[in-house]
Amino acid sequence: MLSARVDLPFRRDQASRFLPWLIALMVYLAALAVAVSAILGSAAQTWRNDLSGNMTVEIPPALHAPDAAEATEARVARAVEILRAMPDVRSAEAIAAAEGLRLLEPWIGAGDIAFDLPLPRLIDLQIDPRAASDAESVHAALEGEIPDVRVDDHGLWVERLLALIRSIEAVALAVVLLIGAAGILSMVFVTRTGLAVHHDVVEVLHLVGARDRYIAGQFQRHALNQATRGTLAGTLLALATIGGLFLVGAGPDLPLMPTLRLGLGGWAALAAVPATALAIAALTARMTVLRALRRMP
Amino acid sequence: MTTPHGNEMDSTEPVVRFENVGMRYGAGTEVLSDISFDLEPGAFRFLVGPSGAGKSSLLRLMYLAQRPSRGLITLFGHDTATLPRTEMPLLRRRVGVVFQDFRLLDHLSALDNVALPLRVAGVSESQVRAHASELLEWVGLADHLDARPEVLSGGEQQRVAIARAVINRPNVLLADEPTGNVDDRIAVRLMYLFEELNKLGTTVVIATHNQSLVSRFRHDILMLQDGRLIVPGRTRGTAA
Repeated sequence: MLSARVDLPFRRDQASRFLPWLIALMVYLAALAVAVSAILGSAAQTWRNDLSGNMTVEIPPALHAPDAAEATEARVARAVEILRAMPDVRSAEAIAAAEGLRLLEPWIGAGDIAFDLPLPRLIDLQIDPRAASDAESVHAALEGEIPDVRVDDHGLWVERLLALIRSIEAVALAVVLLIGAAGILSMVFVTRTGLAVHHDVVEVLHLVGARDRYIAGQFQRHALNQATRGTLAGTLLALATIGGLFLVGAGPDLPLMPTLRLGLGGWAALAAVPATALAIAALTARMTVLRALRRMP
Repeated sequence: MTTPHGNEMDSTEPVVRFENVGMRYGAGTEVLSDISFDLEPGAFRFLVGPSGAGKSSLLRLMYLAQRPSRGLITLFGHDTATLPRTEMPLLRRRVGVVFQDFRLLDHLSALDNVALPLRVAGVSESQVRAHASELLEWVGLADHLDARPEVLSGGEQQRVAIARAVINRPNVLLADEPTGNVDDRIAVRLMYLFEELNKLGTTVVIATHNQSLVSRFRHDILMLQDGRLIVPGRTRGTAA
C-alpha cells in the first residue's frame, strides 16, 4: 500500500522537473498515432462496406453500327435485362450518358466535345456480397451478347487501399511502442537520478527500518503525480488536435472520402493511452527503485 | 527460534554476537579483522580506540548498514547473513542509531524527523504525533517541534537524533560520537540520558573519543586498534 506521506524532498529534484513535459509530449504523440490509426481503420471499414458487392459494368459504344447511339442504347438495355435476370443481382441501373459525362467533367471539361468521344456506357451493379457471383461470372453472363464488355469489381483498388491503410496502422503501432519504450527508459533514468540525488535520505529511511516497498512507494507516488500532470496536458492537447481534424474533415464533400470517425474501439484505444502512460510511469519507478535497493545491504 | 520483530529471546542470550568477523570496503584491505564479542541484554559498552581504528565500521556492521566480508554476526539470535531481505527492516527497527553527523532530514521538522521510524513501521498518525511530541519533550525540545534542523543548534540536533533513535523503543542503541559536537555540560546530560535508557533495559554501545566521559561513567569498554578488538571484555568494572 502506498503511504500518503512523502518523506523524500522531491521538490528539490531538478531531474524530475521536466518529466511532466516529457510525458505530455509522449502521450500527445502516442494519442495522435492511435487516433490516426483508428480513423483510418474506420475509413477502411466504410470503404469495404460501401464497395462490397458493388461493380461497374462498362458497355463499349457500338461505333460501327449505322445508328451508333441507338445501337449502344440497345446494348445497354439488353445488358441490364441480362443482369437483372441473374439470381444474385440486387440492382442493375444504367447510368445515363449525361451523368457519365458529368463524372468526366473534372478531367475533360464541359462542352460539346464530350459528346463526340467514344465513351463507354456504365451500369451500376449491386450484387449480394454473400452470394457466389463475382466479376468473372457477371462477365461470362454478358460477353455472349455484349462484345468487349468489361466488369470492374473495384477489388484491386480496394485491396491496394486496404494494404496501404494496414501499413499505416502498423507504423502507428510501432510508433506507439517506441514511444512506450522511450517512456520507460526516461522513467528509469529519472528515477535512478532521483535515487542518486536522495541517496542520503533513502539510506536513513533504510536504516530506521523502512521496507524496500515503503521507499519504492514514495518514488512511485512522486512518479504518478508527475505523470498525471503530463498525461492530462498531453491528452487534452491530443483531443484538441483530433477535434481540429474532425472539423477539417467535416468540410466540403470529397469523392470517396468517408466521414472521419474514431469508432468505439478507437475511443477505447485513445483512453488506454493516458492510462497506460500512468501505469508505465508508476510501475517503472517502483521496479527501478526496488531493483536499486536490492543492492543495498 | 524468534521472529526478527519479536521480543521472545532468552534474556541471557546475547543480543549481538560477533564471531571472527572481518570487513573490508570494496576490494580494499580489511578495516576490521577477527572481531569476536557478545553483548548481553542490558549491557552498556563504550567503544573506544584511536581515529581510523574501525569504530564506525564496527557500528555500521551492528546496525546492518554493511555486510561483513567474513565471519558471523548474530543479531537477536538471527544470523544476519542468511536472514531474508524482507526480515531485515524488522531487525533494524530493534536497533536505534545516533549518527555522528546526526543525519537528520533537513526538509522535515524536528517532530517529523523523530516520527520517521514510527511512520515507516506503519504506526497510526495519532500515535506517531503523541509519541514524537512526548520524546521531544523528554529531550527538552518541546518548544521546537516544528523547527527544521537548520535552525537548531548542534546540541539540539543531537537530541533530536537521540529521540529518533529511541522512539521505537529499540533493544539496542548505538551512538557514534554522540558528544562530539556538544560542550561538556551537554555531553554529561546526554550520557545521563543514555544511562536512563540503559536502566530501562536497552543495550547501549557508545563509540567515543571522549576519555573523560569514559572515565566518569564507568562502563565496560570495547577497545579497537588497527581494526582488531584488543579489549573485548570488561576491564573497568561496573558503573559507579
